[in-house]
Amino acid sequence: MSTKSLKQKKKLSGTTFLLMVTIGLFILMYAAGMIVFANQGFAKPQMFVNLLISNAGLLVISCGMTIVMITGGIDISVGSVTALVCMVCAFEMEKMGMSAYAAVISALVIGLLFGLVQGFLVAYLDIQPFIVSLAGLFFARGLTAVISTEMISITNETFLKWAKYSIYLPIGSTNKRGIFQPAFIYPSVIISIVVVIAVFILLKYTKFGRSLYAIGGNQQSALMMGLNVRRTKMKAYVLDGFLAGLGGFLFCLNSCAGFVEQAKGLEMDAISASVIGGTLLSGGVGNPIGTFFGVLIKGTISSLITTQGTLSSWWVRIVLSALLCFFIVLQSVITSRKNKNK
Amino acid sequence: MKMKQRLWSALIASVMCLGLTACGGAPADTGSGTADVGGSDDLIVVGFSQVGAESDWRTANTESMKSTFSEENGYKLIFDDAQQKQENQITAIRNFIQQDVDYIVLAPTGETGWDTVLQEAKNAGIPVIIVDRQVQVSDDSLYTAWVGSDFRAEGDKAVKWMEEQFADKDQLNIVHIQGTIGSSAQIGRTDALNEGVEKNANWNLVAQQSGEFTQAKGQEVMESVLKQNSDIDVVYCENDNEAFGAIDAIEAAGKTVGKDGITVISFDTTRAGLNDVLAGKISLDVECNPLHGPRVQEIIEKLEAGEEVEKTAYVDETQFDSETITQEMIDERAY
Repeated sequence: MSTKSLKQKKKLSGTTFLLMVTIGLFILMYAAGMIVFANQGFAKPQMFVNLLISNAGLLVISCGMTIVMITGGIDISVGSVTALVCMVCAFEMEKMGMSAYAAVISALVIGLLFGLVQGFLVAYLDIQPFIVSLAGLFFARGLTAVISTEMISITNETFLKWAKYSIYLPIGSTNKRGIFQPAFIYPSVIISIVVVIAVFILLKYTKFGRSLYAIGGNQQSALMMGLNVRRTKMKAYVLDGFLAGLGGFLFCLNSCAGFVEQAKGLEMDAISASVIGGTLLSGGVGNPIGTFFGVLIKGTISSLITTQGTLSSWWVRIVLSALLCFFIVLQSVITSRKNKNK
Repeated sequence: MKMKQRLWSALIASVMCLGLTACGGAPADTGSGTADVGGSDDLIVVGFSQVGAESDWRTANTESMKSTFSEENGYKLIFDDAQQKQENQITAIRNFIQQDVDYIVLAPTGETGWDTVLQEAKNAGIPVIIVDRQVQVSDDSLYTAWVGSDFRAEGDKAVKWMEEQFADKDQLNIVHIQGTIGSSAQIGRTDALNEGVEKNANWNLVAQQSGEFTQAKGQEVMESVLKQNSDIDVVYCENDNEAFGAIDAIEAAGKTVGKDGITVISFDTTRAGLNDVLAGKISLDVECNPLHGPRVQEIIEKLEAGEEVEKTAYVDETQFDSETITQEMIDERAY
């Protein structure tokens, strides 16, 4: 009996179970959509890749969020950083006549700077990450408004070429006008998927990645094991900041404009995607693959509601909140079980 | 052990339930919706992406679309509220394209950032009709038509009315409270008045200042003008809120508005504005019509018949003056 249960536990450890729930839920929801909305295009391949196109920026930002959440921290500045990145890019290209390449570099530099400052405050001065990133949130949003309160549209040719560069896939569908539409993605999708894979490898197979889990699981014992807790935390925030800058740039490629109201509440979408993807708020558990599915679930909910056509789009939030509640309860059950088993 | 197993199965069961309800919420209603699409292929499917529900004007705009594109009229409307977020609108338009709608109607959050997604719609061969705000795109062929208000014509209506009312006056002292500088409503309505002042030798512009479309600022501007000038005949406000502020300022200064006092002219015809017209406080209120539905329908009918359509189409707009307005006229309005 006891060996059997041990085996079973190995097969279904808490974290794997959470990941399976997330993936299962996504498949279930999407399949339901494909059946119910079959003649409204839900089964088309493009409908699926649109999830990736529209959420490429969010996906990259959520990966960064997952990293800091694994250390037990949080970063609520990412939405404002995204707005700042979009605004700086738009301002540089449109008002200062700089090239699109300069815009990319400044986007990444902004992200890195935010990561460095916030990381330093959290890791070396032991300030609560929530407060640190709350200050970051206000600062970035304020700075965006200082640069310009008007919406700046990006007309830079190189930039628009990147934004519009369609990569056609060998699959597609014919619409009712008889036009064959090959499914296509934009470069932002490839970048975001590369980021997910890179973060997955980083977390799973490098010393840095394993230290993150150790710190998040129990900071005290990580310290006793001889890990440099402060430096590892610092690195996590820098990486998160960098990804926020990159994600912000991808977001900008999608909207082609800088505006102070942009990406409001994006940090909350990133947190919920991470949580739905199985990341524990208390740290120590998390996986970019889960986050990837968390983002897809969020996209699928809004897709389903838009396709339905008569439900208010605020239902997206309601369903999302129900899911969040569910996953948090599930997490707490698993954590308490884990503690009991000790 | 058994206890644990039971816990697991309970958990798994609840996951399944939640999964079902999570997406069941949407499909539950749609059972009928999809049946309609399948059942009657001749329904014209229109996808409408609206900015949000931030004002009465916006809500009336949405209602107009919903009542025009009803199934009785031969349409199926897919409506999406973007909650004032452009990224939501972009996602919604992509969704409409995949649903293979016949037409996309877009009330844009802002003028810019539409190149990519409108190109996608064009590639799919779906005509896009823009309503209310204009869009700036690198290529005009990305949308088929624009429907909205002609702010210049609104201003011209007010100027014409003034010309008729005050033709025999030797000198007409006008205070001009402008809207937010740079907005298309301000530009059109200001241009009309400026031209009127040039044309009519007896018109004298006492003050011209922005009230930023708000009641507080309108009141402030009017108060400072009244301190310097006591002889004012007309206040030309560029929306109802400014007019409310101006009226407060005038009354606080011990003067009267309306027929025997200062004539107040306003725009937008909100319900509160029209009530003031009925009370005789606002002498003329020029409509800014949110009922875009019928006009969009006209364009779609033309496109269905294979006809050419005008790139810009203005909605029909009327005006209300305190002499002729009745309670019934206010009651029968949609907003």
